[in-house]
Amino acid sequence: MTPGQRRAMFLIGGAGLVAFVVWGLLGLPGFGHYPGPYGFIINRFALRQTHATGTVSAVNFDYRGFDTVGEEFILFAAAAGVATVLRTLRGERERSPADQAADRDAPPTSGAVRMAALMFTGPLVVMGWWLTSHAQTNPSGGFQGGVVLATAFIMVYLAGEFLVFERFSPVDVTDAVEAVGAGGFAAVGVAALGFGLAYLTNFLPKGQVYGSVSSSGTIALISFFVGMEVAAAFILIVVELLDQTLLIRGGG
Amino acid sequence: MTYFPFIVVAWILAVGLYGIVTSRHLVHQIICLIVVQSSTYVLLLGVGYVTGAVAPYYWDITVHTPAVDPVVQALALTDVVVEAAVTALLCSVAIQAHKRFGTLDPQELATMRG
Repeated sequence: MTPGQRRAMFLIGGAGLVAFVVWGLLGLPGFGHYPGPYGFIINRFALRQTHATGTVSAVNFDYRGFDTVGEEFILFAAAAGVATVLRTLRGERERSPADQAADRDAPPTSGAVRMAALMFTGPLVVMGWWLTSHAQTNPSGGFQGGVVLATAFIMVYLAGEFLVFERFSPVDVTDAVEAVGAGGFAAVGVAALGFGLAYLTNFLPKGQVYGSVSSSGTIALISFFVGMEVAAAFILIVVELLDQTLLIRGGG
Repeated sequence: MTYFPFIVVAWILAVGLYGIVTSRHLVHQIICLIVVQSSTYVLLLGVGYVTGAVAPYYWDITVHTPAVDPVVQALALTDVVVEAAVTALLCSVAIQAHKRFGTLDPQELATMRG
């Protein structure tokens, strides 16, 4: 099929699909007319039940916690999948650029990039940590915080050499952190079973002050584990993708 | 009642699909898939919106303040995480396809056998 024919086919099929999608969407109760009841019930009772001012986190890590376990393991599986797909294949070997052209130096990173990247590293760590530890109070959580924490490590890569970056986040340590993060979430759920409660029941004391960091019981704990897992998973994925630039094919 | 955000959803979906079908580059195709998925964010957040309501964070508002649905917002978060995972996997598959076949054009990849 030529690209032209394919486009014509798509325009016919796509028009039909869009017509059906629009038809379906017009059956919804209008923008701004959310009918409830689930959101309203949670908005009404989440603060009293979980002592978390961040209702979205309360949904994610408490009411819908079992779903989030699955979500976290999707990311875990994706990092493992990337590592598997990008493994060193037969006929490939890693080399450092210095081995290939011993007489030439790699162009140095520009001073402006180095400076900017180093300036951002510290604030990014603080911000990532803040987001991870404030899931229960503000619009934040382990997923967001983990990504920001991973960005801090990528800044180290931008500021210097790839090898320094690899030394900063050795794959073995990152693997372990990822496993602890993913396993910790599941373990918090299993711990509830020990008290005779359902899986992932919020069994910890929820604190007296609404919206303080120490409030909301397992929500804060789970967010912490998720932050570890997400940061490690993203660092692993980025390291795997960057590793590809060091690969050469064939015997050369 | 207004349906404008839902029309935007259908539009983003159609544009993304058009990009996937006509794309001549795997990385471009992955980005088009992200566009398709973005339509679900607009849909989720649009479905849960309540006119005149605020974000469901009771840090500085009382429990009786009207707020939008937190359930769909949590779902949008799940959506983002899944998208990141899918994108990472697809990118690594694209790298391997390029290594093996020396091209990222889906049209050429389809006619090749490794």
